[in-house]
Amino acid sequence: MTASRLTLKNIDIRLHGKVLLQLDTVIEPGATLTVMGPSGVGKSSLLAYIAGFLAPEFDASGEIYMNDRCLNSLPAEQRNIGLLFQDPLLFPHMSVAQNLGFALPARARDRQAKVEQALRAVSLEGFGHRDPATLSGGQKARVALQRLLLSQPKAVLLDEPFSRLDAHLRQEVRQHVFQTLREAGLPTILVTHDADDAAATGGPVIELG
Amino acid sequence: MLKAAPWLIIGVLIVPVLAGLFAIVPPAFGYLPALQQTEPGLAVWADLFNTPGIARSAMLSLAAGVLTPLLSLMLVLLFLASVSGTRWAHAMRRLVAPLLAVPHAAAAFGLAFLIAPSGFALRLVSPELSGWQRPPDLLILNDPLGLTMMLGLVLKEIPFLLLMALAALPQLNPDQRVAMARTLGYRPTLAWLWTVAPALYPLLRLPLFAVIAFASATVDVALILGPTLPPTLSVRIVSWFSDPDLNQRLLASAAALLQLLITLSAIGVWIGAEKVIGRLYHRLLLSGIRQTGHVLLNVAGRSLLVITLGSLLLSLLLLVVHAFAGPWRFPANLPDAWTTQHWQSVGPVLLTPLANTLLLGLVSTLLAVVLVLAALEHGSRQARAPARLLWAIYMPLLVPQVAFLYGLTLLLEQLRWLPGLVTVGFAHSLFVVPYVYLSLAEPYRRLDPRWQQLSATLGASANRTWWRIKLPLLMAPIATACAVGLAVSIGQYLATLLTGAGRVSTLTTEAVALASGGTRGTIAVWALLQAAIPMLGFALAIALPRFCWRHRRDMRGQLT
Repeated sequence: MTASRLTLKNIDIRLHGKVLLQLDTVIEPGATLTVMGPSGVGKSSLLAYIAGFLAPEFDASGEIYMNDRCLNSLPAEQRNIGLLFQDPLLFPHMSVAQNLGFALPARARDRQAKVEQALRAVSLEGFGHRDPATLSGGQKARVALQRLLLSQPKAVLLDEPFSRLDAHLRQEVRQHVFQTLREAGLPTILVTHDADDAAATGGPVIELG
Repeated sequence: MLKAAPWLIIGVLIVPVLAGLFAIVPPAFGYLPALQQTEPGLAVWADLFNTPGIARSAMLSLAAGVLTPLLSLMLVLLFLASVSGTRWAHAMRRLVAPLLAVPHAAAAFGLAFLIAPSGFALRLVSPELSGWQRPPDLLILNDPLGLTMMLGLVLKEIPFLLLMALAALPQLNPDQRVAMARTLGYRPTLAWLWTVAPALYPLLRLPLFAVIAFASATVDVALILGPTLPPTLSVRIVSWFSDPDLNQRLLASAAALLQLLITLSAIGVWIGAEKVIGRLYHRLLLSGIRQTGHVLLNVAGRSLLVITLGSLLLSLLLLVVHAFAGPWRFPANLPDAWTTQHWQSVGPVLLTPLANTLLLGLVSTLLAVVLVLAALEHGSRQARAPARLLWAIYMPLLVPQVAFLYGLTLLLEQLRWLPGLVTVGFAHSLFVVPYVYLSLAEPYRRLDPRWQQLSATLGASANRTWWRIKLPLLMAPIATACAVGLAVSIGQYLATLLTGAGRVSTLTTEAVALASGGTRGTIAVWALLQAAIPMLGFALAIALPRFCWRHRRDMRGQLT
């Protein structure tokens, strides 16, 4: 996997003329930038802007670069940026395997083998045919992460992905996610209001608001 | 393709309505070259105003146009206030969609079987309570004031307004509002009336205008339950239009313009009343009434809910009974004998109307669903509210049918389109598209945007997301919208009659044609068939998604 670097140049997001957020930074391969702050300061709008689906009522400027390639003019599906939401959001009408298969790029070969391998990597062998609704919270979180990895992103955004988990699960899932992303060499932006999340990344922290 | 969809909808809906309206203007002023009438003037209007009973016909239409929506609205608000947050609300929600599916004509026939002098209601109390051994000599059906007709309309509009209200309510957070008011000491029913109803009303305005337009210009319900000497204006327009003397078409054109005026006046009266009633309502709201009348409102609301929905259900049941009833002496509660002879008499002539009904319903629904889904998807990709589109959607529902359909028929004749299944299907679409849109727009808008965002971050194009994620997630509402479309198409009487030049027979035209002179048994068979197909459609719309998702727990139990 080629390492990629995510560069945010003079990002400036406003709502009704009021500045929500300004940011200018570089995230190296495998590094995690944490953006902290109370709700309503525009943390999620930052992720939406980078991912490519910021609502039109926001005024945003600034360039996003993956290595030397500017992403601004690309639609969300061509940016190669993966996103984990607060909820695992496994598609409820698909089986676990279909959820994973949906994320595989069209050019991928041996699709079924890749899906099985992804399940094995998180000790969920044989769960492929299952209805996602029957999985536990921790299992769902792991499938969501595997799905993200199968889509072969070049950078990852995390939108408070641990906040809905029980305390004892949170620690475990958090460790698993950060370790996996670090090993994959993916630049990551984490948005959270939990100081423990920020500490677990071991990376720089930006406070907003 | 997607970009064209909203414009296609606007074109398909607005152009025929406006063209239809404009087409009646020249003949209304004496200009109809096809009949060698080429001298414009006001002679037609003089003829119209000299027609015996025309003022009374117009007043009947105006009264129906104002009183029907008023009564329906009051009842709907009362129902919602008295059952909100209780288990009743759930039962009501369940019943609304299938009752909405029943075509107007079938419901009107069922109601006639229920309340006629020899109907089921009086049989129940005779002879024990009333002492009647023979049907009393009362003019209940076709009463000269049109009260029975309005009752029939109210019963049928209540499910429509309830459905519209139930669809609009979630965005108002009614439970939160009621809870807040209860902490201030208001009883639940009053809390709902004071805090939810005023916010709900603006969202019901367009549907109410549609009710006004329908009630002031209904033809099928008026033919079955309405007054006869004279009938409502809309009924007279249709009879002039189908008169063998083609010169009566001039009269029909002028009367159709008058009908438009009547409907607009009814809307005008409504807007005027809105201001006055709104002010009174707010004064009442601020008077601090917390407890007074709470019990009365609750009891009245719930018992009226049972009575209205119950009589609709009972009416349907009576269609079944009559369809199999042999001889049935008056005070007896049930027929003396059962028979299948009505079915045998209908059987040989059933095939064509049934095939036409299904063909028209399925094709117009399919087209409408594709068009509406494309328009909604286009709207969601543009990320802005299509306000103009909503007006286009309501256009065919706000202009009285009898006015523009009649003009449209004249126009199609001049364009030498042969009346037949194609013209009728086109006319059905004018009503199917709006209702399909109204039933799909809200679920589409409410779909969690994160699903498509997530799908995009996984590298899926907008089209792939649409096919693989959004459409499957929306399968249940789409199935419901199909059932709604089918029901609307099946219910069309006037559109079928006029644009088909009376030559395209459907279950509805056959049933309504029997209103004067048919035997009860045959009427019941036709009306029952007419009601059964939409009901079947709704049953399928509920069963199909459940079957498809039987292994997907989170896909079950979706409302909508």
